[in-house]
Amino acid sequence: MVAGTATSGGEQARAVAAPVAEPRQRAGRLLLLVASLLFAGVVLAQILDRADVLGLGLTTWRPTLYAYVIWGIALCRAQVLIRGERGQQALFVLPAVLFTVAMAVFPTLFGFTIAFSDWNLSAFAGRRFNGLDNVRAMFRDPFYWNAMGNMVLYTAAVLVEYAIAFALALLLNAEIRARKFFRVAFLLPLMLSPVAVSWMIGKSLMEYRWGPAATFARWLGWENPAFFATPGIAKLSIMAIDAWTFIPFLMVMLLAGLQAIPRDLLEAARVDGANAWQTFWRIVFPLMLPVSLTAIVLRIIFKLKLADIVINVTAGGPGGATDTVTSFIFREYRDRSNVGYGTMLAMFYLVLIIVFMTLLLNLVARFMRRVT
Amino acid sequence: MATEAVDLPRATGRLDGLSLARTFGRAAIYALLLLWAFVCLFPIYWTVTTSFKTAADVMQGALIPWLDFQPDRRGWRSLGLSADTIFQVSTVREEFLKRFLNSVVASLGASTLAVVLGSLAAYGLSRFSYRFGFMRNKDISFFFLSQLILPPVVLALPFLVLYRELALLDTRVGLILLYTLMVLPIVVWIMRDQFDTIPTELEQAALVDGCSVWGAFLRIILPLALPGMVAAFILAMILCWNEYFFAALLTSADAKTLPVMVASQTGSQGINWWSMAALSTAAIAPLAILGVLLERYIVKGLTAGAVK
Repeated sequence: MVAGTATSGGEQARAVAAPVAEPRQRAGRLLLLVASLLFAGVVLAQILDRADVLGLGLTTWRPTLYAYVIWGIALCRAQVLIRGERGQQALFVLPAVLFTVAMAVFPTLFGFTIAFSDWNLSAFAGRRFNGLDNVRAMFRDPFYWNAMGNMVLYTAAVLVEYAIAFALALLLNAEIRARKFFRVAFLLPLMLSPVAVSWMIGKSLMEYRWGPAATFARWLGWENPAFFATPGIAKLSIMAIDAWTFIPFLMVMLLAGLQAIPRDLLEAARVDGANAWQTFWRIVFPLMLPVSLTAIVLRIIFKLKLADIVINVTAGGPGGATDTVTSFIFREYRDRSNVGYGTMLAMFYLVLIIVFMTLLLNLVARFMRRVT
Repeated sequence: MATEAVDLPRATGRLDGLSLARTFGRAAIYALLLLWAFVCLFPIYWTVTTSFKTAADVMQGALIPWLDFQPDRRGWRSLGLSADTIFQVSTVREEFLKRFLNSVVASLGASTLAVVLGSLAAYGLSRFSYRFGFMRNKDISFFFLSQLILPPVVLALPFLVLYRELALLDTRVGLILLYTLMVLPIVVWIMRDQFDTIPTELEQAALVDGCSVWGAFLRIILPLALPGMVAAFILAMILCWNEYFFAALLTSADAKTLPVMVASQTGSQGINWWSMAALSTAAIAPLAILGVLLERYIVKGLTAGAVK
């Protein structure tokens, strides 16, 4: 809505602004042309230099980087010269777009070319195109698919986190004293570095012999509280540590949703004689659905990146039981410097994530349309 | 409150039972709150106290200083940060300070760059209608936000190769650029939400008065959007400070950050619990303090766009 009125404001401003003079436009086009030629020239020179056609003796691709930056600046300037007011408006998004293209789109495309090659960084031989060998190896790799399976379980754990976070948000939304203290205390885990958390909780607190968590578990009657020894319990432990850091994230979003619910709606429910249980399921929970879905989708996105804790606490063990896709590829690179194969695994993961997220977002959108 | 006042006389018979249930309910709420506060704070408490323990105290699982164990400076001395070593030359401390500085530079630099780039883009997307080929505003927004689902592992290996070719491996600049990319979608998300709440009449008035588009943005909108920018900056800061994956892959001797240093301490010959605890404490302290002081902004950043 705001965007709509804003657009009309922009149109209005454009109508007021004088049309761009012809010489300025020509200067702008010339500038863009020169910069593009320069950029293309530098890239070509570097490629030829690499192919030993030209003997420039360049050791890095820095010149190409600089040429790209200059081209980007020229593009921005040319926009203003050619399109005047509209160009000035374009100037707002252009830097971010150019940055993202250079830093995300280009490396991702480059990654696809690496993915189809046999390339070991520690071996002397350089990159060698090997067609679909990596794909075939991937489908035969039991550890990779094991990690995929783990990701499904880890993602499912989001629902438990959501339930706990919802309960905490309800508690914080109740009329309580020292709300500020509890809010800050509940938020703190989110601020802490996963690596430090791995050490604090995973390695120290859950230490088998003397960790307080183990001592507590013994006191509860679990005779052999080894948190990372058997596959099932190790998975649960990793889930718990990850939940500990990320529950505050869900909680904060849900709390904001709860605070946005109009008070008189709840009052009306109470006057009508609804008890707390009914009020929650008939009014609060349905009203919270949009926030809940946003929070859960965002949380799943973060969950799919889970790696730091696994790398630092269990290194994927025991026997790959706690491995995530990211931590598995991390070790594939760390232990074997296998860039080509590792990239193929990562790219396939990316494709799966895109498919999964598209389905999920469509599902959420359809669900929301049905509810509202 | 008003309804209770009406209810009370009518329900005198049940008054005792009701108030008992209410008291019980409130007690349960506080019990749960305290329980979770304990869950959140105990690991932090444990880490801070462990940094003052000796080996024997650690092995006994001692909990309370002065009661269970006598605080010892060993952990902090091993970092060169205890009171008696702070004025002496210490290679460990120098190493630590170097990593600390790397983390500060990388996270401050990346957050600043991301807030600048992201705010500009978010403002443009919130105010003007663009057409880049087939891409309209919605597509451009989606283009930025979709970077959020890009798992770091997809970029990690290509970046390893690219940075090697660009001589950016193990440099702070390399880290800053990568971290900027990482937090840019979040900044765009927060800032677009922020700009959408600022009425457009303000800059329209400025445009009528002869301001340019950029003049109106810099002089009128930017000061109003400051809270959002602070929120975005702090959130970006937290993410960059805690980032481990890229730092572990792309840095070694020079640009190694604090999380990588913490992770690399869990070495071969057993763990020095006290020095690990001291190091972890030092690594989490800046953000814990930030969290306590700026909780309001963090919450604002996290909830941007969540509640319409």
